[in-house]
Amino acid sequence: MKPVEISKSNEKIKQKKSLIRDYIIMGAVIVAAAVALLIFTDKSGPVLSVSKNYFLDLIMILPAVMIIIGLFSVWIPKEMVVKYMGKTSGIKGIFFSIALGMLPTGPLYIAFPMAIALLKKGAKISNIIIFISAWACIKLPQELVEIQFLGIEFTFLRLALTITFVVIMGILIEKIIDFTDKKKIKVEERV
Amino acid sequence: MFITYYYLTKMLAFIKSYLTVIVINLIVFIWLIFSVVKNKSKTKESLKIALKTFFKTLPMIIIIIIFIGFLLGFLPPDIISKVVGEQAGFLGILVTAVLGSVLFLPALISFPLAASLLKGGASIMSVAAFITTLTMVGIVTLPLEIKEMGKKITILRNVFSFVFAIIIALIMGVIL
Repeated sequence: MKPVEISKSNEKIKQKKSLIRDYIIMGAVIVAAAVALLIFTDKSGPVLSVSKNYFLDLIMILPAVMIIIGLFSVWIPKEMVVKYMGKTSGIKGIFFSIALGMLPTGPLYIAFPMAIALLKKGAKISNIIIFISAWACIKLPQELVEIQFLGIEFTFLRLALTITFVVIMGILIEKIIDFTDKKKIKVEERV
Repeated sequence: MFITYYYLTKMLAFIKSYLTVIVINLIVFIWLIFSVVKNKSKTKESLKIALKTFFKTLPMIIIIIIFIGFLLGFLPPDIISKVVGEQAGFLGILVTAVLGSVLFLPALISFPLAASLLKGGASIMSVAAFITTLTMVGIVTLPLEIKEMGKKITILRNVFSFVFAIIIALIMGVIL
């Protein structure tokens, strides 16, 4: 058996274990909540009605969000992201980094190895930082949930500000890293 | 005539209060039909992924919904607003920003939680700071990020993200 296959099946077992753990924790929380409500019977009315309202708000939108995640992961595979990010630069590169980071392609720890691969392919540090940050905080399906709970005004303002500052941060960090690297090279030259 | 008018206004009110939900579901529905027409097996696979993701996030969702119920049911609003509300000022923003950095919650779940805090008396600034640091700053994923990206990029990114999250929150508080 090839080592790749072994690590893949190991990954699956790990995922299953963490899934079972999550459901056990959920069960424990439900039992604890039920006991707490039985003790504080006067609070059970408000607690249950609040929980019910939030549950309804979520359940109306969750299937749609999940389907979007599914559609994206099938129609836009990760390899495509790497392919498009490696080549571009300038303002186009910034736009690409944001757009590709926004796609729901998985959790942040997938983005790190991808970012390293991109860096090796010659992508700029600023674009990599923008890519990781966009990946972390601007996910298309999640934004639908944000609109649902916090309103369109709040969501769009926060997104616009976040994108602005993410771009500023990417450029700033690149400048700092370039500056310190140059200093290091100069010191090494002297030695 | 009068009765139809009554039902019409009632229907309009219903549509207005559920506008986001209706629009989002409609878009996804149309998209799904496109996908089915274009490629059936790919659509099937995407629905499988959707179902898998749903069951993976379900425990977290239930837990947070119960938590929200207890938060609003037990904590009186004046306590929430004292800690993270308008009267808490800058300190309140700092508290939620740190909380968002340390906690490891999926963003999907942070929005209902943020909405409940807002309803419970938290300020817009605090809530914005919470959501932004929650997604941008990751104390829990720090070791992993250092291992993959190196110490310098990781520390710079997280420190800048924290500072910018607070600036974003302040601007949002001024505008909204």
